[in-house]
Amino acid sequence: MSNFTGIRGRIWFKALTGHEAPTPGDPPSVLTADAPIGDDNARFLCVVPDHDSRFPCASHGEVGLEQAYTLAARIREIIGADNAKDGGKKRPIIAIVDVKSQAYGRREEIGGIHLAAAASADAYATARFAGHPVISLIVGQAISGGFLTHGYQANRLIAFADKEVLIHAMHKEPAARITRRTVAQLEALAKTVTPLSYDVEDYAKLGLLYQLLHIKNPEAPSPEEISLVRDTISAAIADARQGPFDLRTRFESEAALTARKASRQIRARLEQQWNQ
Amino acid sequence: MTDSADIATGRDRAKSALTLSQEYLQRHSFIELNARERAQSLFDPGTARELAGPFDRIESPWLFVQGVTPQADDGCIVMRGTIDGNETVVIAFSGAFQGGGIGEVSGAKLTAALDLACIDNEKGKPTSAVMLLETGGVRLQEANLGLAAVAEIISSIIALRRDAPVISVIAGPVGCFGGMSLAAGVSSYIVMTPEGRLGLNGPEVIEEESGVDEFDASDRSLIWSIFGGQQRYNQGLADVLVEDDTDQIIKTVRELIAKGVPAVHRSQQVDLYRSRIAALDASSQWAPSVWSAASLARSTGRNQEPVNEEEKH
Repeated sequence: MSNFTGIRGRIWFKALTGHEAPTPGDPPSVLTADAPIGDDNARFLCVVPDHDSRFPCASHGEVGLEQAYTLAARIREIIGADNAKDGGKKRPIIAIVDVKSQAYGRREEIGGIHLAAAASADAYATARFAGHPVISLIVGQAISGGFLTHGYQANRLIAFADKEVLIHAMHKEPAARITRRTVAQLEALAKTVTPLSYDVEDYAKLGLLYQLLHIKNPEAPSPEEISLVRDTISAAIADARQGPFDLRTRFESEAALTARKASRQIRARLEQQWNQ
Repeated sequence: MTDSADIATGRDRAKSALTLSQEYLQRHSFIELNARERAQSLFDPGTARELAGPFDRIESPWLFVQGVTPQADDGCIVMRGTIDGNETVVIAFSGAFQGGGIGEVSGAKLTAALDLACIDNEKGKPTSAVMLLETGGVRLQEANLGLAAVAEIISSIIALRRDAPVISVIAGPVGCFGGMSLAAGVSSYIVMTPEGRLGLNGPEVIEEESGVDEFDASDRSLIWSIFGGQQRYNQGLADVLVEDDTDQIIKTVRELIAKGVPAVHRSQQVDLYRSRIAALDASSQWAPSVWSAASLARSTGRNQEPVNEEEKH
């Protein structure tokens, strides 16, 4: 597990937008910038660590109450503005994802973090259904509720392929404890049970990703690597504009034909029996 | 106090205790029903039909290899029929199977049911959805496919709720946690019993991740004072609080279906909830009551805003 969650997020936010200062009035852990990409002017969003956060359980790159509501507000701003411009092109929304998890705290639960997380997921999904291409660039960690809140509602998911990239429902150690296994047992099982794997190359086999990118220096990217990422995001934007606006590409992709066979089978059975 | 007054008071007490126990006896617990019975109980008699049921035998392909016996319905029941004459699909999770955890199959079942209801609405055939949520969230044995399924569920609820209400019922002690708390969060209405619980992270997970000082998972009263149905209702995070009584739950579901799509969904009210959080001092640990109407009025210097004020995008 990386001890540097959020470093990559900030690096890539700056590389793609030229900015790294938070919006005045927003918590320093949420970066928002509008910047050109291809022929578009996109809104970029990123959650980064804020060691002085007023919420102690949301200071190391976790998505907490403030982060989730800020994301939701910054997304809804774009939806509202573009909705007012009749017939205009909907601006892309790019989530740069490097989130350790959701915030695990008492204040968070009292304050209804489930609703905050829902509000952010809602805003992303609403943007997508309204025709905004929503693209996630997973540069580091994308764990559990943190990822559901920030990034998992995107039309297209792009991930870097290296061992620091973690896309999962739970970090390895607690997942092993809760399922009463050792980490070694979990790792052995993950070799045959693909959805258990912590390897992003295995994640790619599930059919959920639009593209996997091999970046040699994700923490100090070269200009060539930055332009490769920009081109990939632009291609994903164009692809997302073709539709569909729901998430069906995730179970209709070629990899999903085998990896998500059971999902497809149960879906087909329900369709078949729905009107019987 | 005279003897006769004492006797009278005693008699009244005995009488009210008797009435109370009769009420309990006449109550048909919803929680004690299994998932299939709970789903069935909501429909108009003779109209419920189970889809992709246990005889279709579409099980999780991931459990057996991990030493877990799969279940033929994967712990998720889908039923179609009418409720008070309205076409409805009910999706019920069984807390008894893997803690109601969302696996590949159970998750895809819910998503597909919501999508099919969505198609019917688009065709001009109104169809509502009711989710009976007894779930700890993602089933860890199916980790990434469970998490992916939850993202798809959230998306499909948001698509369907434009045309028809999506009602979450959180009745039993398993509660609704993890990623599925977001699914409840984006739904049109949340119904809870005092026995139900709702939150993103359960007490054990918080204790595990942030330490016992942050959350003592053995402190029952703390748990209920934060996650319990009564508290979530007091906070305005649940729409209806109802006793664990099948008739009352049926009546509530019927009323909410009749009410239709709300003018604005709770998870769309970003400015309202964001300002509530902003108004609270986070420098010390919060008491569960910090978000009650009274303390909100104190901390913001104004009355609690009505829930429907914010603009809808």
